[in-house]
Amino acid sequence: MASRKSSQPKRESRDKYSVLLPTYNERENLPLIVWLLLKYFGEGGYDYEIIIIDDGSPDGTLEVAEQLQKIYGKDKIVLRPREKKLGLGTAYIHGMKHATGNFIIIMDADLSHHPKFIPEFIEKQKEGGYDLVSGTRYQGNGGVYGWDLRRKLISRGANFLTQVLLRPGASDLTGSFRLYKKNVLESLVERCVSKGYVFQMEMIVRARQLNYTIGEVPISFVDRVYGESKLGGNEIVSFVRGLLTLFATT
Amino acid sequence: MTKLMQWLLGASLLGTVWALVTFDLLELSLPRVYREIAWPMPLYLLVTFGCYSLATVGFRVATFNDCDEAARELQEQITEAKEDLRKKGLKL
Repeated sequence: MASRKSSQPKRESRDKYSVLLPTYNERENLPLIVWLLLKYFGEGGYDYEIIIIDDGSPDGTLEVAEQLQKIYGKDKIVLRPREKKLGLGTAYIHGMKHATGNFIIIMDADLSHHPKFIPEFIEKQKEGGYDLVSGTRYQGNGGVYGWDLRRKLISRGANFLTQVLLRPGASDLTGSFRLYKKNVLESLVERCVSKGYVFQMEMIVRARQLNYTIGEVPISFVDRVYGESKLGGNEIVSFVRGLLTLFATT
Repeated sequence: MTKLMQWLLGASLLGTVWALVTFDLLELSLPRVYREIAWPMPLYLLVTFGCYSLATVGFRVATFNDCDEAARELQEQITEAKEDLRKKGLKL
């Protein structure tokens, strides 16, 4: 067990950022994402920790994570593995239980979310005192890489439909690159019941419902060759079902 | 109030106004021209909204940024990271 430093002695204490990285078969990507996180947190001089929540990956992700912990230290790399694949919401709850930061950053470990944006998230949060800052692919310099026309059309169409029906006050609802105040994430996670894409959407919608303030930072989303894109008919059906559920219940 | 309720409320308000004018339910004896304009109004609105939606989505798809530069940068950093991690003793 890593000895934890005194937890937030006074209000003046520095902000600390806990990154939650749920992984499943990310043996290749995990060292790279960790390396990039360390690079940008280090350059910014921020206080941080990376919490890796591996759901029993058969490819040995956990073993790689242990090596990284040896290299970078137990104060920077925290391991919170679970036996088997469970929902994303419970992964956040599980990871947060041991998070020592007052801010939580959630992102994908597959390198589609680049850690270079984290300093921008942090500055944005400070600037407006936001309860959560969401990365957006749909505004400013934000965008995507590796999407064909069909994928773009579905994405834009689904986003437009969602904006019309829910008016959520945020431009990217299905993205999962976000920074939360810890207590805000805790209160949101316990309210959200959806799965998959809809989970992230529900988080934002509930945030708006609870009058939390939302800041946005444009991000580039890089879909890489060896992450097989997962947008079939099933996903679309479950997305629409989730959207309608939120429409009727929030 | 849920979003569904908001929509139903809005729709029923508009529907009421539309029915009042179209069928002159309050017997206000409005000029004929009012009724003639009013009765196809729902269809006009629907078509207008449809066109607006198509134009908006079309424009947004066409202007969706392709982040080629970001992909290239990431690729370079991956190479750099792999080398550095190997030096630090990471075995894959």
